[in-house]
This record gives sequence, structure tokens and C-alpha cells, in this order.
Amino acid sequence: MANVIIDGIQVSVPDGSTILKAAQVAGVHIPTLCYHPDQAVKANCRICVCEVEGQRLLQAACSQPVWDGMEIKTHSPRVLEARKTILELILAHHPQDCLNCIRNQNCELQDLANEYAIRDNPFEQMVRGLPQDRSTPSIVRDPDKCILCRRCIEACSVFQSVDALGLENRGCQAMVVPSLGKDLLDSPCVMCGQCIHACPVGAIAENEQIDEFLAAVNDPDKIVVTQIAPAVRAAIGEEVGLKTGAMDMNVFVAGLRQVGFDYVLHTNFTADLTILEEGNELLQRLKEGGKLPMFTSCSPGWINFCETYYPDLLDNLSTCKSPQQMFGALVKTYWAEKMGVDPSKIYSVSIMPCTAKKFEASRPEMNDSGYRDVDLVLTTREVGRLFRMAGIDFSRLAPSNFDSWMGAYTGAAVIFGATGGVMEAALRTVYEVVTGKTLEDVNFTFARGMEGIKEAEIDLDGTVVKVAIGHGLANARKLMEQVRAGESPYHFIEIMACPGGCIGGGGQPITKSNAKRAERIQAIYEEDAGLPLRKSHDNPEVKAIYADFLTEPLGDKSHELLHTHYTPKNKKFL
Amino acid sequence: MDYKEIMAPYQDLPGGIIEAFHAIQKEQSYLTEDAIIAAAELFEIPVKDAYGVATFYSYFSVNSRGRNVIRICESAPCHIAGANEVIAALEKELGIKMGESTPDGKFALEFAECVGQCQATPVITINGKPYGDVNAEKIPAILAEYE
Repeated sequence: MANVIIDGIQVSVPDGSTILKAAQVAGVHIPTLCYHPDQAVKANCRICVCEVEGQRLLQAACSQPVWDGMEIKTHSPRVLEARKTILELILAHHPQDCLNCIRNQNCELQDLANEYAIRDNPFEQMVRGLPQDRSTPSIVRDPDKCILCRRCIEACSVFQSVDALGLENRGCQAMVVPSLGKDLLDSPCVMCGQCIHACPVGAIAENEQIDEFLAAVNDPDKIVVTQIAPAVRAAIGEEVGLKTGAMDMNVFVAGLRQVGFDYVLHTNFTADLTILEEGNELLQRLKEGGKLPMFTSCSPGWINFCETYYPDLLDNLSTCKSPQQMFGALVKTYWAEKMGVDPSKIYSVSIMPCTAKKFEASRPEMNDSGYRDVDLVLTTREVGRLFRMAGIDFSRLAPSNFDSWMGAYTGAAVIFGATGGVMEAALRTVYEVVTGKTLEDVNFTFARGMEGIKEAEIDLDGTVVKVAIGHGLANARKLMEQVRAGESPYHFIEIMACPGGCIGGGGQPITKSNAKRAERIQAIYEEDAGLPLRKSHDNPEVKAIYADFLTEPLGDKSHELLHTHYTPKNKKFL
Repeated sequence: MDYKEIMAPYQDLPGGIIEAFHAIQKEQSYLTEDAIIAAAELFEIPVKDAYGVATFYSYFSVNSRGRNVIRICESAPCHIAGANEVIAALEKELGIKMGESTPDGKFALEFAECVGQCQATPVITINGKPYGDVNAEKIPAILAEYE
């Protein structure tokens, strides 16, 4: 242990701790910018510099280890002046258009400029005037705003092993660019949006489509129908001043009616439906010697990754569309029929925790209803903005129920939002289908939590099924390399592109650490535990759709509307 | 051009990608996308990192440029000794500006930092070969050495 004195406060911390860690123990706040709690130390922004007794130069708190007897001043006049100069230099290269920025009031640089009372910057403004990259339907890059912290590069390479982003040039010419300096669409980018969470400023953000939504609401000929993905409720409260998980589902529904949705339905319905289709697909593959292990196919970032890096393994992917696209195909066929409305008038909007969903909805093959199955995808953040725009006070809103036919759901659908959730939901159903027995304890706890790869052997009355769960694409890569080498012991693998699963998706409220993801996972399992129905096959509306429309899982109608195929991306460089 | 064959001798050297890129530039003066992709495969690193190396060092170019790269030192000693006159003479002789290449693909004009030949300022290099005490009169003869 090392005893150190920080601003006169004595603390004892383990040897090798950084000044920043010691300051956290002492309850002293040191500002950071390039530092990220789940990433390697970069020490390139220098905003965390402190004065260390006996040292000539200021030291970066994020990288400097303490020693026994170290005395540190974190806010001496010399330190404050240095930090102010650092900020002024960064701001001289940063556009001064906070009012127009998507990260206005949610920006680490803006916060610091405020904290350090930056007024008249003595340095000349030198903004490069680089074009925005709007090549993908999911993500917008605005390189002028980049402060070169490199957190996005690490998120893309280390969490995701996608390697789409890198550095170009050197010194004051340096820039973060997609591979080979191309547009994002030409790079290996899978549009997961983890770079957005990593970005402290507005240099990378979602492709915001609020105006398209408002135009649809304004159009009297359009019936605006929405579906809400399982992970959204756990996090949407964070956008409107509530605690993580504190938004009541039915109050959320009421809020959506307030902002103009004509019908509020639930992706959870098609999540339950996915379990019926995917569970039966797995059983069919096991029985008939189909391609194993089978991979889940709900996560469009993961599908992009598989099509990019593992085109040889596309036959292992479940042919099930994602719940979003199943919903899209059904809302303009089954639901339109049930409701007696003209499907051409339906404007189908999905609310997703995900940026890759915007891309998925735009895939050319996603038109099995005879129309564009999903017309618009809004992320959780965009819906948060809609709520704030409309000035909705959720504490005074009366709860409202989901609309019928595609609004009912079980706990099995709710947990789709967390890593391991699809696996657990599938096992709840597959167990009962295979054994014919009632599953008394529906909790498959091995599937829960933030561990990168989880695995288990499940005994289904004599049939042993080996399963694995990976979240974050770096973990997916490990599992895929095993499969490619012919060494995978598993029958069924769940992959979610984003760390923590969809609750940590690229469209969720900006998530500054994995600790926040764990909180949202907690909220997901609490919701599941509180529901009366927790197995997908018990969903009454799922029973109804098979009775009235689909006839049976994997039947002709299912194949027409609920299943899809995959295409190698043939990217030239990876 | 078989990029991997050119780069193979450097495969096991620490930081060998830098030597490998020099070897390619010896053949074709700049690094094509295919050369960078081949390097990434050979050195088993992501393309974005190979591209990072190719753009980090000023002696590498990822843009097409003339076969013979003329570099003029822009450091203080050469500046004082009249580098500007040399620049003007080169630009006039070749009909291009600094940073450009001749339309016939023969020459490229670039700035360089000090090349360590301050005993004979101003200095230029062509394909790495230094020429000291250069002045406007000497330029045509120097350029005539190159195809």
C-alpha cells in the first residue's frame, strides 16, 4: 500500500494505483477527457494534470502511478492555468456550434469548458472544415468535432474487434478515419454504434431522423404504428430525468401516444415469436443433422460482422429475421388484416436501442409484406429528444395499455434486451417442447451477467445441448474462430454485438461505463421476474397468430414472412 | 507487382512493415491501397493500422506521385542559405509547385526536415541521395541524371 496526500487528504491505496484512482478514493474530483474507465490509459489529452511535490513537470493523473509519501495538488493555480490552456487549445480546433450539436448538454468537452469558465479564447479558431460522413444509414461522423482522444478507436478495435476506425497522419494533421481513409460504409464498420458511446463529444452520432417521424405524424393519410424493443424501457428513463429502469412500461406507452403514435405495439411480441421459430429451427437442425452450432440472428451489428468477417459461416446463422423485421413483415399483413386497415397507409416505426437497426430496416430484402416492412427506426436517444421536445411530464401521465394483436409479451421477451436473454428465453421454451414437462424454475442464471463468454450444458431429459453466449464482437470473434477451426463444442450460440447486449446498444442513452450497462441488466431481470407469463409459448397473442395466420412454426407463411437469408459483404479490406 | 514478395524479407523484423513499405516505394515511389492491404495481411495487422503507419511517416506517400522524389530541406540552416531560390528554380524547371508531380510522372517535389548535411547548405535529396551546396544554376544538370 502507498500513503498519499491529495489536496491535504491522506489516503492509502494499493501500490501501482494511479493518481486518478487515489483521488477517487479520497473523494477528490479530477477532470478527464481521453480517459475511459473500461479502456486502456491513453494520456493524450492532458486535462487531468496535477502538481506533484518535488516534480518539475505537471503529471497526468490518469497514467502517473503514486508512490508512498506522494503529495499531490489537484487544483493549484498552476494546475488550473494549465488545464485552461489545454482546453483553449482543444477548443481552438473545435467548432463553436454547441447549439446545433447533437451532443449539446451531453458533452464532456462542453462540461469542461463550463467548469473552467472558458470565455475569450486567446487562440485563433482553426477548424478544418472537413465534410461529414453520412455514408451509412446508421452513423454520422463529423470529423471537425473530433478531439483525437481515440476512445472510439479502442471501442471499435478492442471491445468489438471490428477495426473500422484508425488514425491517419501525424501531429496536427492527425485524424481519426475509417480504414484506408474511406467512408464508413466502405470500411469494415458493422454500425453497432459503440464508438458513439465512447465519443466524449459530437464527432460520432446516430443518423437522427426525428424530422421524418414528425412529417409522418403530420400526414393525415398515415397510420403511425410503433414497436418498442425489449431493451428500450430499461434505459429510456435516463433520457427524461428518471433513474435507470424507473420508467413504467405503461407510462412509457402513454408518452408515445402523446408524441403522436396512433398505435403502440411491442417488439416483445415478435421476440416471443422469434423464440417459437428459432427454438423449433434449433430442434429441427438437431434432429435432421442441420448446420451446427446455430447462431442467433437478432442483432444486426452481429449479422453485419458475420457477413463481413465470417462469410463462410453464414449457414450457421438462424434464418429467423430479427424481432424488428418479423414485426415489420407482420404489421402490414397480419395486423392490417386483423384491424381492417389498408397496409399501404401504415407507417411502421420501430424504437430501438440500436444504430445497426437503421441499416437492417433499409436492407433491400426486407419488404416481404409487399411494402417496406419497417419505414423508420428511431433510437432510444431520439425518442428521448421527442419526449423532451413535447415537454412530457411522466410523473403526471396516466398509464396506457398496449394495443392489440401484437402488443402482448412475456418475461422471456423482456430479457432479449440483456446478454444471455435470448438463450434463456429459448431454453424456457425448448425445454418444455422437448420434454413435454412444465419447467418449474424458469431462471437459467448461468446466462446472466457481464462475463464475456458464458457457457453451459443443458440436459433436456437425456438430450444434452451445449450452449454458449457471447456479447461484444471481440467475444463473438473468439467463438467464431473455434467454429471456423472445427473445434466448437456447442450446438447453439447466442451473439449480441454490443457489450451487455441490447441494453448497451449504440442507440441507447450515452453510456460512459460498463457499470451503467450492468444497472440496466438488473432492470431487465426485475421486469421479467414481475411478469405473470415468462415463457414465450404462453403468450396468448403468439398462440392467436399461429391459430389464425401462421398455422405452425417454420410453416410456409413463416418462411415467407419471418425468415431471411444472408449475403457475404465481400469487403476488400479488413 | 507482387507486393508480398517484395515485403517478405522484412516479415520477421520488429517494425518490419516500415522497411517493407520503403522496399515497395523503391519500386513504385508510393504505396497503393493494394500494397497497404497486402502489408496488413503479411504482418497480420488490421488494414487500418497498416494505413496508419503508411500515413504517419512523411517519407511514405499513399497518393500517386512522380518516380523520382525530390525533397528540399526547409530547416533553418538551408533556409538561411537560400533554399527558397532552389525551390523557385525547381518549380520553374519542372513547371510544378511544391507538393506536386510532373505530368509525365518523372518527378515529385516535397519538403523535408533536416537531412543532416548542414555542412553543405542548401541541400536537396533525390530518391534519398543528397546534393549539397545546391543553387539555381546546378539544377538542370542534377535533374538530367534522372530518367
